[in-house]
Amino acid sequence: MSIRIIKQGIADSMQDTGRYGYQHMGINPGGAMDTLAAQKANLLVGNDANEAVIEIHFPASSFLFTSDAVIAMSGADFSAAVNDIPVPVNTTLIVAKNSLLQFKKINDGARIYLAAKGGFDIPKWLGSYSTNVVAGAGGFNGRFLKKDDEILLRHNDDLSELLTKNSFIELSLKANSTNFNSSPGIIRIIKGNEWDWLTEESKQKYIDSPYIITPQSNRMGYRMHGEALQTITSRQLISTAVTNGTIQLLPNGQLIILMADHQTTGGYPRIGHVIAVDIPTLAQMQMNSAIRFRFIDIKEAEDLFINQHDYLLSLKNECNFYLDEYFRQHKFN
Amino acid sequence: MSNRGFKIYASGSNALTIELGNSIEEAANKKVLALFHHLQQQNIPAVKDIIPAYCTVTIVVNDIPGLRKESDDAFSSIQKKIESTINECDFTKTFPSRFIEVPVCYDASLGLDIGKMGEQKNMPVGEIISIHSNKTYRVYMIGFLPGFAYLGSVDERIISARKTEPRTLVPAGSVGIAGEQTGIYPFDSPGGWNIVGRTPLKMFESKKENPVLLSAGDEVRFIPISIKEFQSLQS
Repeated sequence: MSIRIIKQGIADSMQDTGRYGYQHMGINPGGAMDTLAAQKANLLVGNDANEAVIEIHFPASSFLFTSDAVIAMSGADFSAAVNDIPVPVNTTLIVAKNSLLQFKKINDGARIYLAAKGGFDIPKWLGSYSTNVVAGAGGFNGRFLKKDDEILLRHNDDLSELLTKNSFIELSLKANSTNFNSSPGIIRIIKGNEWDWLTEESKQKYIDSPYIITPQSNRMGYRMHGEALQTITSRQLISTAVTNGTIQLLPNGQLIILMADHQTTGGYPRIGHVIAVDIPTLAQMQMNSAIRFRFIDIKEAEDLFINQHDYLLSLKNECNFYLDEYFRQHKFN
Repeated sequence: MSNRGFKIYASGSNALTIELGNSIEEAANKKVLALFHHLQQQNIPAVKDIIPAYCTVTIVVNDIPGLRKESDDAFSSIQKKIESTINECDFTKTFPSRFIEVPVCYDASLGLDIGKMGEQKNMPVGEIISIHSNKTYRVYMIGFLPGFAYLGSVDERIISARKTEPRTLVPAGSVGIAGEQTGIYPFDSPGGWNIVGRTPLKMFESKKENPVLLSAGDEVRFIPISIKEFQSLQS
């Protein structure tokens, strides 16, 4: 039937892989900050990778299942527990009616995604389930989730025969827990169009020194703190479209990295762009952690993206095969 | 800019930008719109967003795996496609621009900065109002917020630099000036523009099929209204 919010989190919302095709109207893509985790959670329950998921931050919401459900979580480690028994992420779970899902503490990462088999029964706005809080549209009533919200599930299965007396069971399906990033703290980037505006000294600093994700960071962008950078020109840039991962140089010499809820256009110099595959890594970094930038070329960025894409395809096939078999054996589907 | 009249560069590992000029001027912006419409009509499968700005068009690409089947370098492959599309584009093509009248109440209770602007410019508030409302503006682009239109350019007598301390909350409908641009806030939002008035019109309605009132290329004229008219139009 549904999943009910028993306790409100700080900023939990419905998301998918983003709303594209409307940026010329100033409507930003939004979507999950960590689209890799959101897709993995969906695939683990046999959903389309773009199905709606709940993006959960810490302190997190607590969820009550008003019916049996097949769910999966991926992304951060917030010590998820069903009826106080710890449950793993990156695996498929069957939870019983009246179970309570809670997140006890933040161990690693910054956001976790919850998917349910069949998806959540919410309407799409402009082709996407993502919540646009500014426009007050999309997702669940165009806003963050709050206490007593009841999100309907599209599937409504009685799985009690499988569950017997357990409040949940864990299937042996697993998704990779790592992102496609080899070195901790390294964020790979390509050069931005205004890279050459930096002084030689600033170019060196940008590559050599660490940058801290400040607490003024959110879904719109990560405000970084590190060595202040200088430009050789005081030219003003004319506003141009910006993208997820664009690294802009602010007038005070500090950097901002644009994230899922970024504005569609911007007028600050673009020093670099985080490659698509490293955005999930960045999305899982906690406030006050340090990163270093490393340049790669666009061809390598594409190779990495293809690896991730191929991984998701094989995960999808594996999950669909496993779930079909599992539910056939147990006379469900 | 190359002698081809445009330049293409990466705006991310899956985005590219075509630069058709490097100033805020109508000629470059008209080329931008011509290319935007042309690209929309081409319906290139790998392209998931086309974003026109003052003098650039940015394209967001989603199908890197598909493009890689055709070539071992998706960026070069899409760049070639875009270049040949640009070569087919008729930049002289003009589009029937819509003319939209936007009623604005310039009352000091809504035009939060108009009094201060008058003092700074040593100009009666009435003159700022008549200068601001006595011109047809072009919508150069939509950005910043859903439906936020950047209009240009204001008469040089009322050019005003952005406020050094942005407001934490500018009410929806507020009409502002920043440099030579003027614009309308579709939502309550933080903002640094000098607020001269407010419109009762809704600039963004999420339930409409086309949720934005203004689009790039539209022509806009501000019509001064009284506070009473503002209140009756708003309700």
